[in-house]
Amino acid sequence: MKTDDLVMLLANGGGAAERHALARRYALAIALGLATATLLLLALLGVSHSFGASLLSPMFWVKLGYVASLAVASLLAVLRLSRPGARLDWVPAATAVPVLLMWALAVAVLLAADPVQRLGLLLGATWAVCPFLIAMLSVPLLVANLWAMRGLAPTRLTLAGAAAGLLSGSCGALVYCLHCPELGAPFLGVWYLLGMLIPTAAGALLGRYTLRW
Amino acid sequence: MTDQGRLNANEARLKGLLLRALAGEAPAYQAWLKELSAHLRAYFRKRLTRFPDEVEDLVQESLLAIHNQRHTYDADLPLTAWVHAIAKYKLVDLLRRRARRDALTDPLEDESDFLVATDSEAAEAKRDVGKLLGQLPDRQRLPIVHTKLEGLSVAEAARLTGMSESAIKVGVHRGMKALAVMILESSVDRSFSPVRPHEH
Repeated sequence: MKTDDLVMLLANGGGAAERHALARRYALAIALGLATATLLLLALLGVSHSFGASLLSPMFWVKLGYVASLAVASLLAVLRLSRPGARLDWVPAATAVPVLLMWALAVAVLLAADPVQRLGLLLGATWAVCPFLIAMLSVPLLVANLWAMRGLAPTRLTLAGAAAGLLSGSCGALVYCLHCPELGAPFLGVWYLLGMLIPTAAGALLGRYTLRW
Repeated sequence: MTDQGRLNANEARLKGLLLRALAGEAPAYQAWLKELSAHLRAYFRKRLTRFPDEVEDLVQESLLAIHNQRHTYDADLPLTAWVHAIAKYKLVDLLRRRARRDALTDPLEDESDFLVATDSEAAEAKRDVGKLLGQLPDRQRLPIVHTKLEGLSVAEAARLTGMSESAIKVGVHRGMKALAVMILESSVDRSFSPVRPHEH
């Protein structure tokens, strides 16, 4: 087929495009992913007994803000990386801000604590399972977000996959807040971050195979 | 006119055409695609000097990709940046598929001349999109043939095939995506002329 014939073929029947395609696809993916992750949590882990009481603790809201701001920053990165030619600009820096703030808080907490208590503050009670549970909860989100991205046009596949992974990990961590009793800044700065980085690495590896178009 | 002046004028005109096309104006879309194919051809021909045979296939592959992903265009972004990013992605993908990145004779990063250079002399494409179209299942092939090749309306195509109107629309949409996947797969297998890359 000659190129002019292909042009005719493509143009015939109109070029009207789906409107707000990015917002619609990611809203659907995140909603389905969050719902599935919440069901997983309810079925396998349950809601923490202290969840109601923890709502009164300011540190609970700091933890929620930490995870939620990472979710928002990675969503911005995902939206930009789904469009050819869109620049990331300040988005990577914005992604680093919540992590740096949590680390600063963690250092302050550790410095103020009695030296014998420091290891306990860092490890909490659940350090050995926390990253893996966050990673597990982010699996449905990663599947959904990579599906959404596949229908768009990422041109930097590894980076786009990593951003989709971080979005999935931070949404998974958000759901995990229902179960996890940990509120210490040193714990959140290490183990939550690790939990979110596992799907980030998975997304980066999967990106170049699943996102080609 | 200076290059910068021509670039700005082309950007504004092509963007206007695309916005009308995305709102559903087929003639604007056809004019836009035709002009775009000349820019793509010039861009690829300049960068694939060692593989002139690949140029027309890559133009067609890019046109189909741009068509299928046109919902990712944001009117707030410059058209040049969007189109150039897709063309560059397709070019790098082609070179990577063949692990012949040495074939590059011109830096890829430069989008400044994208809308200045045109080349309207289409060579013969090696890959026949028409043949690939024939390999699609009927539920995708017939909607495309009737609405896009024969120019029937969706309603007419539905009456002719006994399919519902929404099945016709879905068939066209999925068929165009399937065509892009077939092109991607066929170009992985395609043998490649043995050109020895230069050692650096």
